Amino acid sequence: MSVVGKRVARAEGSERVKGAGLFADDYKYFGMLHAAVVRSPLARGEIRKIDFKTIAKIPGVAGILTYKDIPGRNCVPIVIDDQSFLAERYVNYIGEPIAIVVAENRQTARLAAAQAKISIEELPPLLNPLEALNHPKIHLFGNDNIYKHIHIHRGDVKKAFADCDVIIENEYHTPYQEHAYIEPQSMIAIPFPDGSIEIRGSMQCPFYVRKAITTILGLPENKVRVIQCATGGGFGGKEDVPSLLACQVALPAWIFKRPVKLIYDRTEDMMVTSKRHPAYIKYKSGATKDGILRAVEAEYIIDGGAYSTLSAVVLFRGSVHAIGPYKCENVDVHSYAVATNKVPTGAFRGFGSPQILFAVESQMDQLAEKIGMDPVMFRKKNILRVGDTTVTGQKLEYSVGLEETLDKVIEKSGWTPGKSKEDGVGYGISTIYYGVGLGAGGKSMARTGARVLVHADGSVLFSVGTTEIGQGMTTVLSQIVADELGAPLDWISMMPTDTSRVPDSGPTVASRSTTMSGNALKDACIKIKSVLLEEAASMLDCSTGDIIFDEGIVTGGGKTIKLLDVIKSCFAKRLPLSAEGWYITPSTSWDDNTGQGDAYVVYAWASNLAKVKVDKETGEVNLLKIWAAHDVGKAINPALAEGQIEGGTLQGVGYALMEDMTTNADGAIRNPEFSTYIIPTASDQPEIVPIIVEHPFPGGPFGAKGFGEQPLMGVAPAIANAVYDAVKVRIKDLPITPEKVWQGLKNK
Amino acid sequence: MSSDLTPKIKFRLNGIDMEKEVPAGWTLLRYLREELGLTGTKCGCEIGECGACTVLMNGKPVNSCLVMAPQIENASIWTIEGVTPPGGTALHPVQKAFIECDAVHCGFCTPGMVMTTIGLLLQNKKPDNSQIKQALAGNLCRCTGYIQIFEAVRLAAAMISENDMRPFRENISEN
Ligand code: FES
Ligand code: FES
Repeated sequence: MSVVGKRVARAEGSERVKGAGLFADDYKYFGMLHAAVVRSPLARGEIRKIDFKTIAKIPGVAGILTYKDIPGRNCVPIVIDDQSFLAERYVNYIGEPIAIVVAENRQTARLAAAQAKISIEELPPLLNPLEALNHPKIHLFGNDNIYKHIHIHRGDVKKAFADCDVIIENEYHTPYQEHAYIEPQSMIAIPFPDGSIEIRGSMQCPFYVRKAITTILGLPENKVRVIQCATGGGFGGKEDVPSLLACQVALPAWIFKRPVKLIYDRTEDMMVTSKRHPAYIKYKSGATKDGILRAVEAEYIIDGGAYSTLSAVVLFRGSVHAIGPYKCENVDVHSYAVATNKVPTGAFRGFGSPQILFAVESQMDQLAEKIGMDPVMFRKKNILRVGDTTVTGQKLEYSVGLEETLDKVIEKSGWTPGKSKEDGVGYGISTIYYGVGLGAGGKSMARTGARVLVHADGSVLFSVGTTEIGQGMTTVLSQIVADELGAPLDWISMMPTDTSRVPDSGPTVASRSTTMSGNALKDACIKIKSVLLEEAASMLDCSTGDIIFDEGIVTGGGKTIKLLDVIKSCFAKRLPLSAEGWYITPSTSWDDNTGQGDAYVVYAWASNLAKVKVDKETGEVNLLKIWAAHDVGKAINPALAEGQIEGGTLQGVGYALMEDMTTNADGAIRNPEFSTYIIPTASDQPEIVPIIVEHPFPGGPFGAKGFGEQPLMGVAPAIANAVYDAVKVRIKDLPITPEKVWQGLKNK
Repeated sequence: MSSDLTPKIKFRLNGIDMEKEVPAGWTLLRYLREELGLTGTKCGCEIGECGACTVLMNGKPVNSCLVMAPQIENASIWTIEGVTPPGGTALHPVQKAFIECDAVHCGFCTPGMVMTTIGLLLQNKKPDNSQIKQALAGNLCRCTGYIQIFEAVRLAAAMISENDMRPFRENISEN
């Protein structure tokens, strides 16, 4: 019996329920110092004078470091090297790091950092990306403040619009979204006398962290070891930011030769770490009266903040998803990631696509209404199926389950368009897709390594380069290893992810862990299995082709033996039962100049149906239920897949209805606490019906494809469409607050 | 910051009577984590907004980041470490229910969720859905979407016996 496809319990569950799992802040080292960061109070300026004399005298302060103390390069490498680790002359956002204070305890370090005196000559900041774009005088990046421009072009838009029977044109806006992982950013550096350094912390991407440390300390990669601690949620927020924290502890650890720990205070974490890019979208789309989407023209502008970080790749994903999962022959999309003097924005579940999908799916409903067609029928006429071609000209050969997800949400809900409903109640649909993995935007990093080690007692230890961040990767990969080796699941365990164990495996982002590490593990397991097979064949006296391995039992030639005995026999003969695995994604044919080609190897697909009740007096939207159907290829563990759907959907509900992070006139985050930045609580929890659809991906382990980000992505437009269905108010600016709906009702 | 110590105070921690000087200016959260090494209680905000630091104080869930260490005088405190005694492997039914329902994703909110659940079940053996939602409203979870946590609470309610709950009821004044 295979364990793939089963609802087995999460590998680390019993540790975590006991509070025994070690998160970074739970580690203590002898002689450890605590760090805090001195930050810019201004959005843009030139540093004139730094005076640390007073804080240096505070009892317990061990030292204060600036860029002058950096032995290597003063740079945090991400995509483009435009971000300093510590500011030298200029500061470009409120919260930009200027110096590091270390002290005997956390409270003293924080207090001292807050009291540091820095005089900065203020320069006029650029806070609005629409003004920053091609600003004539102020140049934060290049001479146009554009980190990246992408143009996707197909057919002849002008001509196609002339042939359309209906055209809808709108502007949309979406705000920052904060990750709000419950464990704040946390990191520790431990220097060793042999000139090496170890970093332990909360992170998604240990190899990014290693690169950052080698850069600032000027060390070779073999002197830097990065180990991931238990990580209390990431959602993209622990993709690039941990590289900064790691530098902030590594520098003082290196200089003072003592371990250093840094935990961001919650307010600091919300003020200065990355968030979802706010977006400004102009969207024009047209269709014929028989319901064919004919033309799309869009301008997509995202606010990248003060440094480029991941904006270019976020924009790539947003652009590729800019017309949604539809066939359309005439497309013209221009997208821009723009520099401003605000906190750098970055990766967040969906990575540039939730913003534009909000526009796409709102447009689809408006087109359908104008044609006089129901929104489901209109989508059915345009959605991608096997054999169709995407906006980038990619022909879809396999694993396209979109139509089934749409059918499933309709079937499970019992709703059909036009069905009579209570006053104030509305239903809204969205259909979306998600390019799995890094795709063409991150081609060079699309590889992963793995190691599998079978011990003489049968226990198996494996290592991968991707990380567990609560998504359940450890469990899913353990299931894959168990099945590949034919061993019982409880023989298998995973090493904490550690850069010294496997070759650089790229980041844990883009829903890539299951497919990438899964395939690399498969590669390693096949090598071990062939040794086991040979040995079993000689023990059973039959050919290897006749042998079946199943959860610790080996059968062949009419006989049965224990896998453990085969393993012991291998050890007795000194045969190797450990192997390295490696996997690279098939290459994509994307061309950055034309915006055409295969953007991703495979896509995940989803449909969301939201049911709301709107209070016509107050404008309050009561979300009653969401049906969320996702084509995941193959659910290695359906319980975990459902958990991902439920958790991601609720983050999407937050994005749609309540999460409203804004900046003030100075460019500072206005609401950096849980009391002012409201995320969904247990009492806001609507009914969510997760539905799994499986159209196997031939290149994935057991047919699986990643989908962890997708649950968030289509929720906001489904709710916006439901609100319109309920009270005929169209909200184009997230979140959908009672004030906006009330205003809309009043203006009708 | 060093903090002055109080004179010795009596309190009970995870069922064990203690008599200790405690740092006057520290929160209970800091005292548990930094002085007693009980790191199962997590810190997510330090200002009473996330619930990760929930412990039981005289049977009621409290945010330990909002309780000053000296306030535990004559109180009975239970942390997650007391729910499964040190070295013990037997999980409490509430913990088992959390695993069974896959209510643990990253696990950072989990100790607080478990303590709040025990606190709820001490007051109300068979909470209905809205009572569960209300009881957990102060414990943020960003991973699960809460559904699996609600299921875990319902399953725990069905599994527990008075024996599982008795230790947490003890009040220090009772002896
Ligand atoms: S740490 Fe106490 S409520 Fe957040
Ligand atoms: S499981 Fe991650 S915050 Fe709850």
